[in-house]
Amino acid sequence: MANEVVDHGRRRFLTTATAVVGGLGIVSAAVPFIKSWEPSARAKAAGAPVTQSLSKIEPGQQLIVGWRSLPVFIVNRTPTQLAALPGQNGRLVDPKSDGSSAEQQPKYAQNETRSIKPEWLVMVGICTHLGCVPGYVGEMKPEPFDPNWQGGYYCPCHHSRYDMAGRVYQGVPAPKNMQIPPYNFIDDTTIQIGVDPKGAA
Amino acid sequence: MANVFTRIGDWVNERTPGLMPMYRAHMTEYYAPKNFNLWYYFGSLAILVLVNQIVTGIFLTMNYNPSAAGAFDSVQYIMRDVEWGWLIRYMHSTGASLFFVVVFLHMFRGIMYGSYKKPRELVWLLGMLIFLVLMAEAFMGYVLPWGNMSFWGAKVIISLFGTIPFIGQTLVEWIMGDFLPADATLNRFFALHVIALPIVLLLLVVLHIAALHEVGSNNPDGVEIKKGPKGNRWDATKPSDGIPFHPYYTLKDLVGVGFFLLIAAFIIFFAPTFGGWFLEHDNSIMANNLVTPAEIKPVWYFTPFYAIVRMIPSFLGSAVWGVLAMFGAIAVLFLLPWFDRGKVKSIRYRGTGYKVGLAVFVLAFFGLGAVGAGITAEVIPEWFGNVDLTTWENLFGRVMTILYFGFFAFLWAYTHFGWEKTKPVPDRVTMHD
Repeated sequence: MANEVVDHGRRRFLTTATAVVGGLGIVSAAVPFIKSWEPSARAKAAGAPVTQSLSKIEPGQQLIVGWRSLPVFIVNRTPTQLAALPGQNGRLVDPKSDGSSAEQQPKYAQNETRSIKPEWLVMVGICTHLGCVPGYVGEMKPEPFDPNWQGGYYCPCHHSRYDMAGRVYQGVPAPKNMQIPPYNFIDDTTIQIGVDPKGAA
Repeated sequence: MANVFTRIGDWVNERTPGLMPMYRAHMTEYYAPKNFNLWYYFGSLAILVLVNQIVTGIFLTMNYNPSAAGAFDSVQYIMRDVEWGWLIRYMHSTGASLFFVVVFLHMFRGIMYGSYKKPRELVWLLGMLIFLVLMAEAFMGYVLPWGNMSFWGAKVIISLFGTIPFIGQTLVEWIMGDFLPADATLNRFFALHVIALPIVLLLLVVLHIAALHEVGSNNPDGVEIKKGPKGNRWDATKPSDGIPFHPYYTLKDLVGVGFFLLIAAFIIFFAPTFGGWFLEHDNSIMANNLVTPAEIKPVWYFTPFYAIVRMIPSFLGSAVWGVLAMFGAIAVLFLLPWFDRGKVKSIRYRGTGYKVGLAVFVLAFFGLGAVGAGITAEVIPEWFGNVDLTTWENLFGRVMTILYFGFFAFLWAYTHFGWEKTKPVPDRVTMHD
């Protein structure tokens, strides 16, 4: 027994086989631990549509409502604010929302005002950089961060700027226009956030 | 009586072969260079703060409630109702900031005296890993009080991973366990902050010290005492320029400990929030997922890295570049031993270019810190009047970012092409008798 020749090939095979099977076991055992970090069933379930009346929102005013725990900005844009939008195109990353921001709104809101009705902006108020809530700076007056300010949004976290349609300016960290959620008008003064209009894809 | 203690000692030693040899190898017979100066206090102080964080942390968990509904109130409960709870929490929060003060100075010492160079590259790498884990530990601890800064800090930092193409959004949801920082996030951060990361941190500290004691400590002259003459008062085979760590440096460090505790106690008792630098005012407001605080900025020790993220605009429809640059700012520190090709270790004998370069690096670090902490946003309008703040702040911050990375590029070229004119390094430490 003691003097038998060692079969190195056999030994190497057994070592490799043991290592592979053991490694597979460890990887398989890690799966439940990694999966346990995913959003739980309870977290996934909390995402129902939200209905909001618009009748009390004055021109130029913004209302923030929660939808899927995200802030949704609803703004009654004034004619002046709307008139300033086309003038911003040259300073924006994606003015027509058909480049990097093509997925940031439903098709029915992929237009100049990024909305169904021009005056009503309905937008997920989350900066596309790192997820802060940009502040609404609606007045058209020189601001410390932009002497030529035409109204819009200013993110406190990393100073990204957006215009009154949530379109991102050039030269800031945020890469895309803010997201427009699916929404529809139930009647003239009530919207439902989270559901597309009937007939729209 | 003495006989009894000796016999108990012998009984233990006979059954634990490694105990006494280990004590000797790392304490009484670990010969450290005799010319350590003030900069050498910060290693032992880091251990002191680590112990403080662990002890106060354990006592905080006894009253803290890791849930989105209860966390904020339980911190207020600790501050107001728990006997001496305010002191334990302030010791922990002040300790966190002082940990970074001490670690930054400790790292700067390593850079200044070339302690990262051969043969101590592994000591440096382990130290950098400690720094990385420490940043993760500090971030997660910052989230636990569940104030509004905690919430938005968590949101921003986790969203850094969302800039990774394709898998980013899934990864963010995986880390949060929800679609925004929530109960699940807080609970797992608590688990990581009090169990997982401290264990990793302790292990890394042990490895850091073990690796250091294997190759021996560097010193302000950057001279290898192991290569110098042999023989000292205690051992004929050990370096002449070395002295036993215990009792010489343990007692020296005790002086540092006393001085440090004096400063720490002053902060804890008289300025625990340090004017919003150690504990931010907006964190006294409960987490609110609909409102980002108007003045959002990280705690001071993250401001230079945060400024780098802010200074880099999106490109090709992605925000990943700023995040890459921020992680790059830490990655280049890891690679410092390989950027620096110079053989002379200590700044005392290095070329003028190195000294200027290091000064510029420190300036860039503080400059970025000033941008990140919002100091430039206050100072620029004050000094230059009604100018376009964004343009000037970005210009300043981007120059500082370039200087930060430029230091490493310069250091490589400076040493690789042999442009450095070094002074002769002495054979022995300059303080030998």
